[in-house]
Amino acid sequence: MAKIKRKKKKMSKPVGQQKCSVYINGRFIGFCESGSALVSELKEKRRSGVLSPEANFYYNSQTDDVYINTDSGRARRPYIVVENGQSKLTTALLSQLKGGETTWGKLVKLGVIEYLDAEEEESALVALKEEDLTPEHTHLEIDPVSIMGVTVSVLPYPEYNSSPRVTMACAMAKQSLGTYSTNFNLRTDSRAHIMLYPQQPLVQTRPYSILKFSERAAGQNFVVAITSMHGYNLSDALVMNRNSVQRGLGRSVFYKTHESEERKYPGGQKDKFEIPPATTSGYREEKAYRHLGEDGIVVPESTVNSRDVIVGKTSPPRFLEEMTVFGVSEEKKRENSLAIKSGDDGVVDSVMLTDSLSGNKLVKVRMRCVKVPELGDKFASRHGQKGVVGLLLPQEDMPFTKDGIVPDLIINPHAIPSRMTSGHLLEMLGGKSVCFSGKFGDCSAFNGDKADDYIKALKENGFEEYGEEFLYDGVSGELIKSKIFVGVIYYQKLHHLVSNKMHVRSRGPVQLLTHQPTEGRAREGGLRFGEMERDCLIGYGASMLLRERLLEESDRTFELVCAKCGSIAIKDHVKNREYCPVCESTELHQVEMSYAFKLLLDEIKALHIFPRLLLKDKA
Amino acid sequence: MREKTKIDVGEAVGIVAAQSIGEPGTQMTMRTFHYAGVAEQVPTGLPRLIELVDARKEPKKPFMDVYMLGENTEAAARELAQQIERTKLDSVAQIEENFLDKKIEVTLDTKELELIKLTPEDVKKKIKAATSGSLDLKDNVITIKPGTTSLRNIRRFTSKLRLLHLKGIEKIKRALVLKGKDGKYFIRTDGSNMAAMLKQPGVDTQHVYTNDVKEVERVLGIEAARVCLVREIKQVLDMQGLTVDVRHCMLLADAMTMDGDVKSIGRHGLSGEKAGVLARAAFEETIKHLIKASTSGEEDKLIGVTENIIVGQTVPVGTGLVRLKMKLG
Repeated sequence: MAKIKRKKKKMSKPVGQQKCSVYINGRFIGFCESGSALVSELKEKRRSGVLSPEANFYYNSQTDDVYINTDSGRARRPYIVVENGQSKLTTALLSQLKGGETTWGKLVKLGVIEYLDAEEEESALVALKEEDLTPEHTHLEIDPVSIMGVTVSVLPYPEYNSSPRVTMACAMAKQSLGTYSTNFNLRTDSRAHIMLYPQQPLVQTRPYSILKFSERAAGQNFVVAITSMHGYNLSDALVMNRNSVQRGLGRSVFYKTHESEERKYPGGQKDKFEIPPATTSGYREEKAYRHLGEDGIVVPESTVNSRDVIVGKTSPPRFLEEMTVFGVSEEKKRENSLAIKSGDDGVVDSVMLTDSLSGNKLVKVRMRCVKVPELGDKFASRHGQKGVVGLLLPQEDMPFTKDGIVPDLIINPHAIPSRMTSGHLLEMLGGKSVCFSGKFGDCSAFNGDKADDYIKALKENGFEEYGEEFLYDGVSGELIKSKIFVGVIYYQKLHHLVSNKMHVRSRGPVQLLTHQPTEGRAREGGLRFGEMERDCLIGYGASMLLRERLLEESDRTFELVCAKCGSIAIKDHVKNREYCPVCESTELHQVEMSYAFKLLLDEIKALHIFPRLLLKDKA
Repeated sequence: MREKTKIDVGEAVGIVAAQSIGEPGTQMTMRTFHYAGVAEQVPTGLPRLIELVDARKEPKKPFMDVYMLGENTEAAARELAQQIERTKLDSVAQIEENFLDKKIEVTLDTKELELIKLTPEDVKKKIKAATSGSLDLKDNVITIKPGTTSLRNIRRFTSKLRLLHLKGIEKIKRALVLKGKDGKYFIRTDGSNMAAMLKQPGVDTQHVYTNDVKEVERVLGIEAARVCLVREIKQVLDMQGLTVDVRHCMLLADAMTMDGDVKSIGRHGLSGEKAGVLARAAFEETIKHLIKASTSGEEDKLIGVTENIIVGQTVPVGTGLVRLKMKLG
């Protein structure tokens, strides 16, 4: 690098100077005569192995700057070097590579393959395929698929789909159920789904098997027909074959791990795992403890329903008992068991006993529950086409082909045109035609199998060339007049299962502070009747309904109000006397109000403002 | 028939109007905030609507539409526009101070002067009327010897001179002649000064319009302001292609103008003047209202909707308004 002259003081380019400034790792180090010559010489040296292959050089012709990067943390990726429109990865080298005579590392050393970072990429012209090479090209993509990330590269025919759908397909693939880990049986994830009978897709990309996805697949190949089905697959609903489901289609296991710890309290007291004796305060009914073993922990493989206790635990009382004449009375223990919440029922899969970080005894109970597809479960193909099961139709009522093939799934034709997921159709066609050859179809981006090949295969095997079939109505047995597109396509079960989301409440727990219903499914809460909903009822003029929602169904209370001073009265339970705490008057009236309002009055009092309620008879 | 189309007693017209304007309003936000590139753009869409509802003192881009009396020709319109447009000394002359001789030299641009049909003599008169000191006009250069000799005062004098009003109406920065959809020529001005415009000879005083609601209120009164408000709101919504019944806008304008002056909607206007303490406290600045109420011993008569919801009573709207007329016992 003799060409670079060191300049110590002047950092900015002097006016009128035509020399090109050089930066190493973002720091200015000097000038050179010709930036492009310097960079091409540097690149030459890197390729011939004089300089490290980890350095990157970039000449910006617009600003006339040379950037040399050698620092860590640059994302780089490999390309085949092209010189004079000729790939440096010759057929000879390729056969050597196949024969194992040469390695990737050697190719990098030879300058056949080089890594570019984001900056050097700016100056490269990369060809996607070898046929496209022209003398201007500087690099060649190793495989066209490699321009995509891991998630897209396993999607089928992404170039046939509209880009938003590809993005959605990526998002959904991450939610699919499969085998997330092979040691799931030893793990205690708080929630885990495992798919039963997973299959690898009939039509898959090359990266799919390279990434060993085929060994832990997340989905199954469904026979899909595209037709409307009595309105049960309207707007992205799915009609599924009930018999297929009963044969094990789309089935998964859900594991949930519950934890309980024997905690220590100040004063030497601690929790105890046991079947709580009937004398404990807060004792549930005896039935709730029926699954517990002697140690107070559930017996594995017992079927547990909601509100059943899985870990019996007693805690010391919150407050110390007062001394009596006979000394300290026997402590009454507090029930503090771990019970199953509604909707969490299943079979106890395993029970583990360990120590927690603070050295306490810790129990982990893993529950298992088989989730059979049901109304409301979510499924998606790999083309951003998601849907929710709208009907489980018995096989005898499903349409069938002349060969007696009954689809597993029926999707609505309206799902296709506006979303422009032609890849979906192509995968269906491919999946169908591939069934005859026993080989997998290739749907890698940009150079997968072509529709013509599939059509040919279908034709040869006596099928309609475009995958359409005449179907017979399962109910009446009549021929359906129009042709219906039937194919085999890979579907994923997504982890949004109704059984884990379903929630209803008619009556239930309320918050301590406001007396209003609790919030959220976990607390068996109500659904909020919010401000905008309130506005709608006012706008409609439905006063009585509004009052019912906001008061009677929520936090209604009756408070005694002093007629003289307008403050809320209190009750002395000892003397059984009700009176006003301010003026001690006993002239009280019962007033209906929301507890939130009573709370508001109390909080206003906390501001040193005394609110009074002026009472009047209801008109 | 007419009776049938009347709104029922107890219909929550306010909420319905709010929802009817608010719901399309949400779509408006997303669609237009800017029109790229167009200069001198009068704010439309949501920013303009907010401006109206907030009852700002002056809109961001005040403008007027003026028609002329007599024949409607382009030439006449240009003539009038030319008279209306404000001109300051600064824009037709170069003003230089000569501190050595304690004088100011105003070099007039004859071309510019001709354009606005003024002679150097006219300018001299104007300057004379506005200032003291001796004046001398020679070769389009007006030399002024101000009475004072202190340099500071000379500087102050010149800056005053720069802004000397020569011609046209104050605040009217520009006047453009446009052709309306009906084929008539009219003048669109940048800046608004209704009072002066009405006095301007040659202006059809029946058809002077300004988008400055507060100015309409000052000049023509509250009823005119209400009509102006309705028109502006409706226009904003129409321009977005949103169909909202005028009566919703009218109700909004009514609410804003009912006290005799244009009030904004929000803390400083309508909502801040609600009758009930609870209603005000529920809206914004809770503690401020509660404390104010407590110091003056205010009483909440529970007349409004919000108050009654807080307390837990039926709201006096719709079915909640119906009472038994005859008391038993």
